[in-house]
Order: sequence, then C-alpha cells, then structure tokens
Amino acid sequence: MLAIVGTVPDPDFPLVQGEAVLEGDTLAVQGRSVEVNRGTPALAAAALKAREVLGGPAPVVFLVGDVGLGQGSRRLYDHLVEHIGDTAFSCIVFHYLQPDVDGHNRVLFALEAMEKRPLLIADAGFMYAAKMSGFASSYDLFTPDVGELAFLSDEEAPHPFYTRGFILHQEDHTPEHIARAYEHDNAAGLLLVKGAVDRVADREGVHATVDAPSEETMEAIGGTGDTLTGLVAALAASGMDMAQAAVTAARANRLAGAMARPTPATQILDIIRCIPAALEQVLR
Amino acid sequence: MSVAFLGLFKKENRSDQRVKSSQGDRGILIFENTSDVIRAETTLKTEGWPIRVMGPPPEIQRGCDLVIEFPLIEGLNILRRLEESGVSPMEVVPVVSPLLKPVDLFQVKDFGGYLMVRAANMKLTVDTHTGVIVNISGGGCPDVPYLAREMVGRTLSDSPVPRDIGHTLCGYALHLAWEEMRRRCLPS
Repeated sequence: MLAIVGTVPDPDFPLVQGEAVLEGDTLAVQGRSVEVNRGTPALAAAALKAREVLGGPAPVVFLVGDVGLGQGSRRLYDHLVEHIGDTAFSCIVFHYLQPDVDGHNRVLFALEAMEKRPLLIADAGFMYAAKMSGFASSYDLFTPDVGELAFLSDEEAPHPFYTRGFILHQEDHTPEHIARAYEHDNAAGLLLVKGAVDRVADREGVHATVDAPSEETMEAIGGTGDTLTGLVAALAASGMDMAQAAVTAARANRLAGAMARPTPATQILDIIRCIPAALEQVLR
Repeated sequence: MSVAFLGLFKKENRSDQRVKSSQGDRGILIFENTSDVIRAETTLKTEGWPIRVMGPPPEIQRGCDLVIEFPLIEGLNILRRLEESGVSPMEVVPVVSPLLKPVDLFQVKDFGGYLMVRAANMKLTVDTHTGVIVNISGGGCPDVPYLAREMVGRTLSDSPVPRDIGHTLCGYALHLAWEEMRRRCLPS
C-alpha cells in the first residue's frame, strides 16, 4: 500500500489521514476536499489515476494545510512520528513539507524502527530536509529537477536558494552533478532527475535516459514534476522494481503530457486526465 | 541587506550527526549594533519564533558581537516581520557556511509568445503578449502552491508581490524570478 505525505495550500485544512479519492477536479479525503492544481494534490491525483490501470489498494494520504508558515508541517511531522509505523505501507512518498531537519530526523528514525521498512521516496521540501540532515542515502529514490539536482550536488547549500553560481552555470552538466551529489552522500539510492532528458542514476552513474516524447513546454507547467513522482510511487508500491518504475513513470508522464497537447499555459489537470491512457500504452 | 547561508554535515555516527545536523536548517541574522539585536530578539520571541542570541561564527567579520540564530527556511517571513518593526538586519547568512550568497543567476527560456525565467529552483512563465502569469513551477516549500494559486492568471502589473505573501526561501526565489521577469517585460 502506498502512503503519500504532504501539504495543501489552505491554512484551515485540518490534518487528515485516510484513503483519497478523486471527485472531478478535487481530491477528497475524510470529508474534506482540495483542488488538484499542483503540489501534493497533483501527486496524489496522478497516483490515483495510475491505480485505475494498476489496480491494488487506494493510497493513504497524510495531508495538512500549510501556506509556508510551517505550523501545519510541524503538526504533520509530530503525527508521523506517532503513527507512520501503525500501517505496513510498502512505499511512502514524502513531498511538500516545510524543510525541518529535526522533524525529518524524528520521522526517519520512526521509519527505521518499523519491522519492515517501506520503500522511501522523497521530493520537494522533504527532500531538501533529507539532504540537509545528511541522511539522504537512507532513501530509495529522490526525484529532483535540474535546479534541485544542482542543490543536491552543492555540498554547501542548505536550500536551492543558496546553490553556488559555479554549479548553477553548468546547465548541461547533469551527469557531473549526479556524480557530485553521490560523492558527498547527498543523493538517495536512486535518482530520477526530471529534465529535457529524464535520467535514472545511482552511485555508479546514469543507467537509463528517457527523452521521448519531447514536449519542451512541459518544463513551464506547474505540477509536471509532481505527477511524475506520483507515478513512480504508484508503480513502486505495486511491486515494480524501483529503477524500472522510474523509467516507466518517466515515459508515461511524457506521453500523458504529449496527449494533452500542451502549451506553456496548460494546467496540470489536463495532463493528469491523460495518465491512464498513457500508462496503459507504456505498459503494453 | 544581503541574504546568504548553511553548509552540511556528513556522516558520522547517527547521534553525533543528529546533534550537528540540527543546525543545518538554521540561519544567522547580523545586526549593526547590540541595541538592534535586543529589539529584534524581543520582537521575534514575543511572537514565538524559535530563536536564540549567540556569538557570531569566526567567518563573520561585520556587525556587532551578537547575532540571532533562526529557522533559515522561514527567513522571508522573519525578515518581513523585522522590517515592519523597523529593525532590519544588515545581513542574513547560513549557520554552517556563512559565506554563501543567495542565487543571483537567472536562466531564461523563450517559448515563442511565452517567456520563462528560472531563479534557483523556481520557474515563472508569462504570456509576453498579455503580461499574464500563466504558470509557476518548481520549488518545494509549502508556500509555492499557495503563491501559484494567488499569482497565476494575474498580470505582472497586478499580481501580488511574492515577497509580500510568501514565507520561505522558495518564495524568495520566486520573488527574484518575478523581479527579473518584470525587468524584462515591463517598461522601465
């Protein structure tokens, strides 16, 4: 079973834990609903669309409202420490949370106390905290974009905002950035780097690339990275090997994007709607 | 005022690392004089921020001999609050690597009719004919979806200012991208 952990941009949204369902353009859980726009709701929506093809149990989401002040995230960190071990999840994906090293460490130690540790995927703010903590290698997969990879590869930077210029200048040096991230132990066991070319890599180097179909405008569309992370999480939770899940997810996400005939003004829901058809085609 | 920040701790044993890495998400506010430090401390403590007054690290050669340690990620919110109180710091730096500076490089991509500016991990895309913000992507802090909701669909002239409604370093990076986009798209 997949667990999805993150926040929604509504300060009044309570902390909820439960099975999520898609109701039109909204994600519903425990009687509350939130618009699927970008961020964790987009990740969860992608995972739910993938489930239409993959089957299996519905993902459980842990959500809380947070607009960047951190209070919601801190409540969620506390909740996870208490409850994350209550269910035998096969895979947990951590997403938009206020980066907090102490909160991250407490959650990670709770996970390590579980009888059978789930597969762990981190993206967005939780990935930043995982890198800052020095425990990046405790994770099975990080899903950075090119800018976030530069941050992972900069052993000094505490946040992408402080990535040093000599690294940011190397826009076309993704393999070198991957190597540097591993050299300083700032990467998970596997990396899925989202970009013009998606790359699946580990400490030994890049093992697979996915570059088709190619829709350059996808980079501008908020949420395309979230849907990719949702897809790989759903596939890994279904039992697919993580590296294969990363490649399959990259192909399906690109195909869903192409099916939506995107422009830079396309919104992520238009792509999410295409995920079942795209995933079916990739798995065929 | 400039903003800079932290370095990281590498693997030692887990308990040592946990103690050390707890500083990895902290920043330092540097003030001109001790009186400003005290005023800022009073303001922030009154509002419940987890801060502490301490001596500056050896790399810091400026300001007075006291600094305030604070949660780095929430720097935008704290700086705004101090500005409102009339006690802005001279500089903000990461605890572990005080010589780091904020991103000042921008990547620009022209999609033909749409322009995208990236600052660090944040990307802002505008319809160049109408000036409407059509997408915001990237980022990982929880104010990014909030900022996107408030800004997408608005023009560069009438959108909220990211620095005014954002709270985190991702919000700050988006503000830099927004400023650069305005510089490129709006008449000076």
